[in-house]
Amino acid sequence: MQRKNDPGERVAAMLRIRRFEEQCILLSKDGQFPGHYHVYIGQEATAVAACAELGTDDFVFSNWRNHGHLLARGAAPDRMMAEILGKAGGYARGKSGTLHMAVRELGVPATSALVGGSLPLATGAALACKRQGRGVVVAFFGDAALEEGACYEAMILASLWKLPILFVCENNSIPPAQRQRGQYTSSTLPAAQLVDVPQALQIRTEAVDGADADALAECFDRLVAEVRSEGTPRFVEVRCTRWPGNFPLWPELPCGQWQLDWAFGQSPDRADLATWLEQSDPLLLYLRKIVAAGGLTREQVQALDERARAEMAGAVRFALDSPFPAPEEAYQHVRAEQGATL
Amino acid sequence: MKISFAQGVAMAISESLAADSRLLLIGNGFVGLNMEARALLEPALREFADRILVAPVSELALAGAGIGAAMAGQRAAVDLSTGSFIFQAFAQVVNEAANVHYMSGGQTTAPVTFCSLAGMRSAGAAQHSHRIQAMLGQVPGLQVLVPGGADDAYHMLKWALLQSQNPTVFISHALLLGETGELTPGAPMLPVGKARIRREGRDLSIIASSITVPRALEAAQSLERDHGFSVEVVDLRSIAPLDRDTVLKSVAKTGRAVIADECHRSFGVAAEIAATLAEEGLAYLKAPVCRVAVPDVPVPFSPPLEAELTVTADKIVAGALKVLNAGSTMRRPV
Ligand SMILES: Cc1ncc(C[n+]2csc(CCOP(=O)(O)OP(=O)(O)O)c2C)c(N)n1
Ligand SMILES: [Mg+2]
Repeated sequence: MQRKNDPGERVAAMLRIRRFEEQCILLSKDGQFPGHYHVYIGQEATAVAACAELGTDDFVFSNWRNHGHLLARGAAPDRMMAEILGKAGGYARGKSGTLHMAVRELGVPATSALVGGSLPLATGAALACKRQGRGVVVAFFGDAALEEGACYEAMILASLWKLPILFVCENNSIPPAQRQRGQYTSSTLPAAQLVDVPQALQIRTEAVDGADADALAECFDRLVAEVRSEGTPRFVEVRCTRWPGNFPLWPELPCGQWQLDWAFGQSPDRADLATWLEQSDPLLLYLRKIVAAGGLTREQVQALDERARAEMAGAVRFALDSPFPAPEEAYQHVRAEQGATL
Repeated sequence: MKISFAQGVAMAISESLAADSRLLLIGNGFVGLNMEARALLEPALREFADRILVAPVSELALAGAGIGAAMAGQRAAVDLSTGSFIFQAFAQVVNEAANVHYMSGGQTTAPVTFCSLAGMRSAGAAQHSHRIQAMLGQVPGLQVLVPGGADDAYHMLKWALLQSQNPTVFISHALLLGETGELTPGAPMLPVGKARIRREGRDLSIIASSITVPRALEAAQSLERDHGFSVEVVDLRSIAPLDRDTVLKSVAKTGRAVIADECHRSFGVAAEIAATLAEEGLAYLKAPVCRVAVPDVPVPFSPPLEAELTVTADKIVAGALKVLNAGSTMRRPV
């Protein structure tokens, strides 16, 4: 887990997620794993800021877009990549794949790939935290979750029972001009503002720009502290603009892997990507800002990137080398063994 | 003419929208990612845009709204997308739609069709791979259609949308969408509630439905080619109503039965067929029946693990050989 407010650690954490996701896309294109998957490119600053506030007693809940949340929480990229490939070396021995990736020992007990599916679970974990007198819950979900009844019902309980949970709605389809103004909901939800909904249930809410790593760090620092000290729920809408590579049905790398030079004068030759980078890429915008402010040198950033790339290349090697589980594995873990220590 | 299963679905929806102005579409997926079928559906979606409702990710209310509209004089088709998502809508499908005619003493009908793309589709993992037909077969009041071919997909969906007086779950399968079959335009439909003999044979009956129909046909071919057996394939077409008579007649002829089903083994469609044979067909059986079904475990992501659980043509062949090579010693009832 990263040290709070250290620019080098923050950059490293974001770079690790981006480089991991790029490898994931390349492996899929290479036919190394079947099925649908979702990447976190363009939202890295959110998971990094939120997880920087968490300790070992805290819980994180996620959804199909979980790679970034898990990496920020401290999961091992090699075991994650092995899981994505359905290999025996994965966290769930290949049973979850990308969709349900979870790491119990890091406080991520289960990942639902159903819209809104994890919100009641996260609320229950917050109830456990309250009973046990330690820990808080951060629940990440997309904007469509607000279309599901489960979401309302979970928020009702969190408010009524006064539970220590931070609902993090990652609204990832907002045009850049509207990120700050917030006049737009991307989902098919007829609410003027997503935050109006939890507010009506007496949950304190705010919205934050998902492309502004500093604003996110300030926001999560404050909100997680409030949840911790007051033991009541909060709701934050993180307004992000979708990365162009996430528009096709299957993720794609527009103009190949992300380049550090794009933060410092160069530009990719695809207009939509260039615009997104300039206006909406939390990683690029933070790098520019921190280098201009003298918090990090370009060389230091370069070194961090090389380290992240090397780490993820290693994760790919580990995953490719890991064997597939034996067929008998399919029959393991249908039920927990009685008497097993919990 | 040759059509794919997904094209059959698209044609049924398009023609039904044109035929009955009461019909509403709640959602607009229906044919999964099959692009040919999407293109086929597109003109109707445009022409009848005022009867196509934008669908948020609110399965419970979408299902309920379809039921409510149907009770109040419309007809409705609700796209519930991946089969597993019907659980989000279960309260309305199972406890409202299915009960309304009975609870009202016959006053109210709910001619609504829920469309689900169910089944083990490869890499769906535990939460996107459910086969829902056996669970729904436990709900009196529902009709559960499980076509195994393009012809039936077209005819049965059209029947559900235009003629059925009862709530219907129409179950497609992602791996069936591309399967092609012969459709004779204007030909009458084998009524819903009748099983179809997809292939005649003398030595063994394979009872199949949905995705196991093409797999059973493949198994039947290799049993004939490689082992010299004459194998009949019964396509159930619907789980509710269930055509027990055709199953019994087929087994009366062949004396042996393998039931190929993608539901879990326990309490599945295969279990119900096996129970029927035990109760009403024991005298016909020359050997114990064999269920080739999915073991009672959730569906894992990893490809070799999913393959371990999948009902393939090879596993049907293996089950068939067991039945064909056994049983001469089975005690016949007096
Ligand atoms: C209950 C349920 N219904 C439908 C789906 C299909 N589905 C998967 S992702 C998705 C959209 C989710 O959008 P959002 O919540 O904004 O998350 P994002 O992918 O944009 O991060 C849908 C409808 C699902 N997984 N679960
Ligand atoms: Mg979204």
